[in-house]
Order: sequence, then C-alpha cells, then structure tokens
Amino acid sequence: MILPGVLISGLAFYLFAFITVASGVMVISARNPVHSVLFLILAFFNSAALFVLLGAEFLAMIMVVVYVGAVAVLFLFVVMMLDINFVEMRQGFLQYLPLGALIGLILLIELAMVAGAWVISPEAESVAAVPIPPIEVTHNTEAIGNVLYTKYVYLFEASGLILLVAMIGSIVLTLRQREGVRKQSIARQITRKRDETIEVKDVPSGSGV
Amino acid sequence: MLEIGLAHYLSVAAILFTLGMFGIFLNRKNVIIILMSIELMLLAVNINLVAFSVHLGDLVGQIFAMFVLTVAAAEAAIGLAILVVYFRNRGSIAVEDINMMKG
Repeated sequence: MILPGVLISGLAFYLFAFITVASGVMVISARNPVHSVLFLILAFFNSAALFVLLGAEFLAMIMVVVYVGAVAVLFLFVVMMLDINFVEMRQGFLQYLPLGALIGLILLIELAMVAGAWVISPEAESVAAVPIPPIEVTHNTEAIGNVLYTKYVYLFEASGLILLVAMIGSIVLTLRQREGVRKQSIARQITRKRDETIEVKDVPSGSGV
Repeated sequence: MLEIGLAHYLSVAAILFTLGMFGIFLNRKNVIIILMSIELMLLAVNINLVAFSVHLGDLVGQIFAMFVLTVAAAEAAIGLAILVVYFRNRGSIAVEDINMMKG
C-alpha cells in the first residue's frame, strides 16, 4: 500500500518532469523563435516546480524571478526587435538532423553509463561542508542566507561583480553614435557667453536696419 | 516506481542536457535558439546540483546552483548584446555567416 503523500508527490514529479522535457523539445523545434522563448519560460516554470518538490524553495523562487522575469523578457525583446526572415532560417534544419541525433544519442548513452556505474560513498553524508539543517529548525531560505552571507560572502561579491561587468559590457556593446541626429549638448549650452551670441545694433530712427 | 529518488531527477537532467546539445546542432541558422539551448543545458546542470545537494544533505550544491544562475543571466545579457550588434552590422544572425574573424 502506497501512502497518499508519496503517491501525490510521485505523480507531481512525473507531471512536471514531462512538461519540462516536452517544452525543452519544443524550444529547439518550434518554427517561430517567439514560441521557442515562450516554451523556454514554461520549461523554467516546471523545473522551478521540481525544485519545490526537492525542497529547495528559495532557488525555485529565484529561478522564476530571474529567468521568467528577466532573461525570458530579454530574449523576447531581442527576438521581436530583430527583423528576421523566419522561413529562410529553417533551411538546413533537416541537413543537420542525423549528425545532431547521433551525437545526442552518444551523449545520452554516455550519461546513462556514468549514472549506472557509479555509487555514492556511505560516508559522503558525514563530510558535508554545510549540512542541511532540519526543516523544523531552519527553513531553506534562512539556511541559505546563513551561509551565503558568511562563508561564501566573497563568492557572493564576485557574482555581483560579474553582473556589473555584464551590465557595463552590454551597454558599451550596443551604444552607438549616429550621424545627423540633433542632440542637446549641455556643456556647450552652459559655456556660451553673451558676447558670442547677442549683438546690439544701434539703429537711428527712421533709417531702417 | 512512484518513490522518487535521485535517479529520476538525474534522468530528467540528462534528457534536458542532451536536448540542449541537440538544439545547438539542429539550429545552425539561428543564434537566438543556440543561446536558448545553452540556457537549457545550464538548467539541466542546476537540476543535477540541487538533486545531489538534497540527496547528500549538503547545502553547498544549492549555493553553487545560485552562482550558476547568476553567470547564466550575465551570459544571456552579453550574448544578446553581441547578437544585436552583429545583426546591426551584417543584417543576419546565421552562424555560417560569422567568419569575419578567421585568419
């Protein structure tokens, strides 16, 4: 007799895993890149649900915020901004199919062999660097916060630096100076003098300029 | 069958990783789909990290998955910026046309 809790979480795992894999297939095979991005969002949502099933709630929520809120919107923006002929892009799709399928199959077999031939050492749990505290004492978010800001604070700062470099890099890459565009030059505005711009004419009355 | 263990999560991650690899080979004309395939592969790596973290009772796997997430976001931003600049200069995003830097 299977316990109802186990049954529900097992069925939930199969549902989320199936949707994740199916939307992964659609990401690489959809005709329209906009649909690909939307299926990517679906895949990330469902893997966030898998994380919740595993008990990593904080990472699941971060996943939704970062990927669905930022990365997917970025992708959608770029896909819709570029003016591309989507029909032409599909040419050569079947040409690479046999090679890609062969390499994918080899990779999958290799991964299965690695997973099959390998066991976890029994003392692995006792040498954990940061053991997960029991859920009644500390919940997942608090446990991550406790180590992230103490033991891994340098790595945390380094990842902030990576994001800063990425931000500056993408601004520098996409910034462009265009010719023939009228722009306000504040430096020139505030440095001009009265003598350069205004000329006072003393016009005698009745003779005109 | 319904008792979900480490092997189930590893299988999902392996399938997703293979799909990402397959997508890179399949979509040679579209760099955007290749970037999305890389995101799929990073997602598979994250699932592996979290599954092992929970199975071994070690929180470091989840911390590391967070750093992978950060790097993935930075990579997506830089990659899309390069893509936009490339499209502005060449008017195409096909991988075969990216040969200006050779030799």
